[in-house]
Amino acid sequence: MSPSGGPDANVPQAIAGPSGFLDDRLGAGNFLKRNLRKVFPDHWSFLLGEIALYSFIILLLTGTFLTFFFKPSMEHVIYDGAYEPLKGVGMSAAYASSLEISFDVRGGLLMRQMHHWAALLFVAGMMVHMLRVFFTGAYRKPRELNWLIGVLLLTLALAEGLTGYSLPDDLLSGAGLRITEGVAISLPLVGTWITFFLFGGEYPGEDVISRFYSLHILLIPGILLALISAHMILMWVQKHTQMPGKGRTNNNVVGAPFYPAFMAKAGAYFMFTFGVIALLGTFAQINPIWIFGPYTPADISAGSQPDFYMGFLEGALRLMPSWEINFLGFTLPMSVLIPALVPMGIIMTGLAVYPFAERWITGDNREHHVVDRPRNNPHRTSIGISAITFYGVLWLLGANDEISWVFKVSLNWTTYIGRVLIFVAPVIAYIVTYRICLGLQRKDAAIIGHGVESGVIKRLPHGEYIEVHVPPSADIEAHMRGKEPVPVLTGADTEPGGIPPKGMRGPIGKLKARMSTAYGGEKIPLDDGHHDGHHDGHGDEHAAVGAGGDDKSITR
Amino acid sequence: MNRITARRRHPLARYAVLLLTLGLLGVAYTLAAPTSERADAAIASGRADDVAEGKKLFEQSCASCHGLNAEGIANRGPSLVGVGAASVDFQVSSGRMPLAQLGAQAPRKKPAPWVNEDTIRQLGAYVQSLGGGPTVPTQEMVDPAKGDKSKGGQLFRANCIQCHNFVGSGGALTQGKYAPPLHDATPRQIYEAMVTGPQAMPVFNDSIITPEQKRDMIAYIVGVREEPNPGGAGLGRIGPVTEGLVAWIVGISLLALAAIWITAKRRQAQ
Amino acid sequence: MTDNKHDIEQPEERVPRRVIGTPAPAASTSLLGPDETPGELSVAGVDLQDEKTAKKGEKLAALCFTITFLAGIAFVVSYVVFQVGDLESTQTSTLALGGSLTLALLALASGLVVWVRMVMPKYKLIQERHAMASDRETRSYVGETFLQGAAESGITKRPLLRRTLLAAAAPLGLAPLVLLRDLGPSYTNFDEKLRHTVWGEKTKEGKPRRLVVEGSGAPIRAADFNSPGGILSVVPEGYEHDLNALAKATLILIKFRPDEIKSGTNVNWTHDGIVAYSKICTHVGCPAALYEQTTHHILCPCHQSTFDAADGAKVIFGPAARPLPQLPIAVDDEGYLVATADFAVPVGPSFWERGDAEAEVIEKGGQS
Repeated sequence: MSPSGGPDANVPQAIAGPSGFLDDRLGAGNFLKRNLRKVFPDHWSFLLGEIALYSFIILLLTGTFLTFFFKPSMEHVIYDGAYEPLKGVGMSAAYASSLEISFDVRGGLLMRQMHHWAALLFVAGMMVHMLRVFFTGAYRKPRELNWLIGVLLLTLALAEGLTGYSLPDDLLSGAGLRITEGVAISLPLVGTWITFFLFGGEYPGEDVISRFYSLHILLIPGILLALISAHMILMWVQKHTQMPGKGRTNNNVVGAPFYPAFMAKAGAYFMFTFGVIALLGTFAQINPIWIFGPYTPADISAGSQPDFYMGFLEGALRLMPSWEINFLGFTLPMSVLIPALVPMGIIMTGLAVYPFAERWITGDNREHHVVDRPRNNPHRTSIGISAITFYGVLWLLGANDEISWVFKVSLNWTTYIGRVLIFVAPVIAYIVTYRICLGLQRKDAAIIGHGVESGVIKRLPHGEYIEVHVPPSADIEAHMRGKEPVPVLTGADTEPGGIPPKGMRGPIGKLKARMSTAYGGEKIPLDDGHHDGHHDGHGDEHAAVGAGGDDKSITR
Repeated sequence: MNRITARRRHPLARYAVLLLTLGLLGVAYTLAAPTSERADAAIASGRADDVAEGKKLFEQSCASCHGLNAEGIANRGPSLVGVGAASVDFQVSSGRMPLAQLGAQAPRKKPAPWVNEDTIRQLGAYVQSLGGGPTVPTQEMVDPAKGDKSKGGQLFRANCIQCHNFVGSGGALTQGKYAPPLHDATPRQIYEAMVTGPQAMPVFNDSIITPEQKRDMIAYIVGVREEPNPGGAGLGRIGPVTEGLVAWIVGISLLALAAIWITAKRRQAQ
Repeated sequence: MTDNKHDIEQPEERVPRRVIGTPAPAASTSLLGPDETPGELSVAGVDLQDEKTAKKGEKLAALCFTITFLAGIAFVVSYVVFQVGDLESTQTSTLALGGSLTLALLALASGLVVWVRMVMPKYKLIQERHAMASDRETRSYVGETFLQGAAESGITKRPLLRRTLLAAAAPLGLAPLVLLRDLGPSYTNFDEKLRHTVWGEKTKEGKPRRLVVEGSGAPIRAADFNSPGGILSVVPEGYEHDLNALAKATLILIKFRPDEIKSGTNVNWTHDGIVAYSKICTHVGCPAALYEQTTHHILCPCHQSTFDAADGAKVIFGPAARPLPQLPIAVDDEGYLVATADFAVPVGPSFWERGDAEAEVIEKGGQS
């Protein structure tokens, strides 16, 4: 930008004027000079996090609309609104105003439904984004802090969802609130204090809706907004990771500039997210509170479920066999405490600790800007799939009554099977994933070493049939050659009897060394030795018939 | 003789027989249908041989499980003494009885071919004659138009939704049993289910939940199941499970497709 | 923070250097033609669209934006035209508003994508990355400056200043916590509250409290509740709409044939085969009320704890650890069911101070 007064020859006056005014006062030109053409790498999976970001914006917009009409009060009122089957029924003002939003405000039902769908997509978007980051190792140095912010965001999103779910004060959300209370009160030592303070006395009291309301519309969104901003700024400063590929190194970013291409893409994706949420809000009915009726702690419906992101906790509670410890006049309801705390603890702590644990085991202190393909770090991928399986079993069990009902399986058997699967399935998933990863690595090695099967069968002069292999396209080859071996601690592979380096001598050190050699290392090297990279005729054409021995080299 | 045998073995013979049988059945049915109308008229005029007719029907279709005198057979069918005509009407008109096979629970199905208003009434009269019990409600007692939906809704939420779900979509019980959906149940069947407590369902007798209150509940059930879904597709109206599935399968998939479209490499003109 | 001087690689020559991987741009020579508009970039990694594609893209995008324009107008019109007030009109209004909004947004999104893909150039820009860490000199400079500043401020040298500042902060930091005290109730004998329900209180007239039908509020004559296999959701008379009371005092009333009741049930607390259990599940407090009259199972729909109603509501499946407490009932002189006393043990979910209340009751010679 030109200094004050001197208009740039090429910039039209309409832009130069205001921008000059701003730059004179903010010096924004320097920032824009550096950032207007900031390069963003292109890959579809890099947009998944934006689902969550844009859903959040839509949540803020629709949520603000809802607050104009919602009354966060548990005052008892007699309904006299548009929905006939509830006329004359006593209910809380919160529920009555939710009904009013649905039936007496134009677009109110649409906004309510879009808010709820956006909430589901907010959490779902965070989850798929997190899985992308995990499986590609994009959390590695220097991005561990942003990963931690992400874990925090996910936790807060669950809390935000829980508080919002309870606000309409209908019979379904009340069941969720009751379970929350039942879990909170079972906490040792502080349980009764927490619940009596949360509810302002005995459950359900008359305070919880207004308290959840201020948490839901002010405190938690405020923190979310701050953390999301920090998340974005860190991403901006650190630059996005990129997939391995042609011309892409750990020291560059290849892609499209922020202005105009990435901006337009991001704008388009915002509109897509908004559009899909509007689509769902229009054509798929969500949380029809009018058929649930007002909350009373005396009633409940079959099939009372939480929203999907709480399903894994519900499943854990259902899975647990009964167990309660009484000692010295105190009670530890283990069949509440374990399912409520342990799976959540395993998942969230595991997520938070993973980048640091991996760094500790691999000793990898380098910066990583080119991500891994999931197959190229098979243990990480297997751990991830194993965790998904663990979560998935709990999730399924959270809907076991619907599963039993729809698929005509005994309810009790779904639980028995779940109790076994929760331990067995993650192990199986681990082993299967690990094998699949190695298989895919072998496939890559075969393509690099021998080329791609062209489908062309050639008969040689002496009668032998071969299939012609052609070298992979340069892009794909570069993508595959982006593979790096998983690092191993130096000295971790010391022979028994040898002297291991410092830090690997004690029991913890030995464990660390053993884990390091197991986790890291190169299982299937890409180049198989007898192929020098110059495609010299023989390298391109591998005998398909009668010369299978050649292929063995890639499967060792 | 030879000619007949040859024709009998003609490849088309079996189809001809089939057609003939079907035709005869059709004729029999058309003959039978007006008969039942005539019977209706006879009943309306108060003929009282229902019990005897019912006993015959019972011996043909029910006695194999419930015993010749409806005293019940262990592990096959319970005693029907005292269950009343309401129970018969509910079980037979909803196709639950006669049972096709033993299972955790008798499912609703198409009623048996011999089932019609008359045969149900005759069977009912017979069972009623064995030891009394709840009788079939009148049309007036189950008329949804005469009930109060909001009062019925409160009772429905207090007593029914724990098994049948918010709007009667049904739900699972223990060991393979289930509370069936109420979508197809007629007002009369709903009433009869309440007073008789079929299968695992508990009884809500008339002295505790009065007939008027039952009619209110019927008004609510029928009203709510017929009302439109103002927010789009109802997703089975069973709550967050289907909503979560839609969020993932429709929402996330559409957005992933959009992301793929936005970032897809364009074919480069060489 | 690292400095952000990552300039885009821009080679000197006008003719774009072929970036690895991109094909030789066939159209690039024409870019040098005389009709090239000034200011248009022609640099490495920026591969302009050929005019034919761009024209097509322009038309397509314009079509999309026009659809958005029309759908936006349709939205406003729908708002004015379609009123709400009952289910049918809400359905129509939602469909019209949501349909036009969806169309507008998706068309806008598609238009933008078409614009990016068909009109904007193909980009393959390369930008350098720099290590996140600052260089050694910067680090040591910052370190020194920090220490120097601390020394200048006197915080390290003057302990009185430091300690009084810390002391000053402590009570202020506690202040918000103190303010949270009144979130809770004035009393703190929480477990006492949890041990009692309104069934233990007599009515204003000093009579035992009647059981009334939930939803209608009618008292229950024992002689009327006479069909074995019957069940009823019951609330305390006078507290039909008091949610705090209902959260602990709601009952399920079950009628048995006398021979069906097993030893786990306290028959002294029943009346003529009528048994009253707390409806509040002992797991986390959902109303457990799915009753199967054939098996006498009570199932909680939340986490599927199953209780045997005929046998003192003992747990036979699921996560609940304790039976549903039984309420002692009898009939008053008019034949209506009443509670003769409160539950012997706390109802609902377990809590830390609860202890093994069942064992205590048995120790005192009672039956829980």
